[in-house]
Amino acid sequence: MTAAIEFKKVVKSFTRKDDGIQYILNGVDFSIPAGKTTVIAGGSGQGKSVTLKLILGLMQVDSGRIFVHGQDVTGVRGKNLEQLRTEFGVLFQGSALFDSLTVFENVALPLRERTQKSEEEIREQVMSTLAQFELTGHDEKYPAQLSGGMQKRVGLARAMQLKPSIMLFDEPTTGLDPVMSQEIYHLFARTKAEFGFTSIIVSHDIPKIFNLADQVILLQNGEVDIFGSPEEIQWSEKPYIQEFVKKTMGDIYQSHLVE
Amino acid sequence: MKKNPVARLGDTGLYVLTDLGRMAIYLMYAFRGTFRRPFRWKEVVLQINFIGAGSLIVIFFTALSTGMVLGLQGYYSLSKFGAEGMLGSAVALTLIMELGPVLTALMVAGRVGSAMCAEIGIMRISEQIDALDCLAIDPFRYFISPKFLAMLISLPLLTAVFDVVGIIGGYIAGVGLMGVSPGSYIQGMQTSVTNHDIQLGVIKSFVFALLVVWICSARGYFVGEIRGAGFGAKSVSRVTTQAVVFSSISVLVFDYLLTAVLL
Repeated sequence: MTAAIEFKKVVKSFTRKDDGIQYILNGVDFSIPAGKTTVIAGGSGQGKSVTLKLILGLMQVDSGRIFVHGQDVTGVRGKNLEQLRTEFGVLFQGSALFDSLTVFENVALPLRERTQKSEEEIREQVMSTLAQFELTGHDEKYPAQLSGGMQKRVGLARAMQLKPSIMLFDEPTTGLDPVMSQEIYHLFARTKAEFGFTSIIVSHDIPKIFNLADQVILLQNGEVDIFGSPEEIQWSEKPYIQEFVKKTMGDIYQSHLVE
Repeated sequence: MKKNPVARLGDTGLYVLTDLGRMAIYLMYAFRGTFRRPFRWKEVVLQINFIGAGSLIVIFFTALSTGMVLGLQGYYSLSKFGAEGMLGSAVALTLIMELGPVLTALMVAGRVGSAMCAEIGIMRISEQIDALDCLAIDPFRYFISPKFLAMLISLPLLTAVFDVVGIIGGYIAGVGLMGVSPGSYIQGMQTSVTNHDIQLGVIKSFVFALLVVWICSARGYFVGEIRGAGFGAKSVSRVTTQAVVFSSISVLVFDYLLTAVLL
């Protein structure tokens, strides 16, 4: 299976306040297969969001290499980085909508800035996307006038405009109630089925995510501790993984144990 | 473990160097953004409206009161030597070469620079700037370079308005209230103000415009990397205060340097 993204011995560290060095990623190797859903899990401060930022070129590695569709993109800058980013769509933790633009303008932005389409074509595409994401009638609203779930939908609609081959989701259900979270997962499943992108999800919401994942990467102490199917993670005998899964899966995990 | 004073000094030195380097790269990107296409002229016009038209009332009243005070103070000082006829010259030269550019820059730093810093800072902490990057849209071309261009156009124009209103203020106080002859006020102004004086004022206003927009926008852009700023809303508030203070001090320091070099 071809890899959409590969990390080879990637090291990323930060200088702590006491002048010590904290290795967030310490020689991490993994491969994310094209067309599949990979979940990056781990406790707080284990490097999940840093991994996303490294993929997107928002941060640079200390050492090691990152490959996207087989091409070495480590340290790529300028126009090449811009070109690389057209491969990606990102749904940010807080949606990151432009608060001075309406829903329509937010979704239209990538088309206006990155394509040669006429205003009429842009309007047609944006209105069709808004209908697809059940946002019809909200196009003139500003992000502050929308619920958290709707903001996520607008964020996803915006990210999909340039038809990226790789979608990155940073804690897609953080701050949402269970009903909204469920809605986002349905939306994710529907969008993925339609567009067939490679997806990388960073999330703490393990039970729901496990249903969507093809593989899970569990980061611990700067290293990939487990890299495998959701089942492999779920039934790992490592005590801290049992604790992590138990804590995040709660009742579901307990019921499995009883079975 | 508490660091010794030498280590702390070294830390501060390294931080200042890093910050200056960051600021220099930022300025380079801002200029490069001006030449990248498609350039957002509409955004420039909106910013000129915000910076220029939006500041007119503040500039008008500041200039009028400054000119009137100069008229009164100037009359008081000059009358001691029987040189009231030089009032027009004194008011005009003070305003054109010194107070016009400086006070306009300080007022704009307070009104516009703070708003600019807070806006960009909020965009940074709410990941809107990261979102632009991820959409392969250069944030500099998209919204920072238009602010630079708008400031470089607006501030010199506001300074010209300040100079004119200030001279009228001086006229009201000197001629209208203190009885200086209108002819000598205008004549004195015409004979003493040279092209070189006006050029000095224009150069100053361009340099101050650059300082204000550079410092204020960059502080907001780097909000997460400013030492001691903290996180979240508080960091934006602290960095905004810092931006206004730094840009105001820079305006005053550069005012002296430019006067010393160009006078």
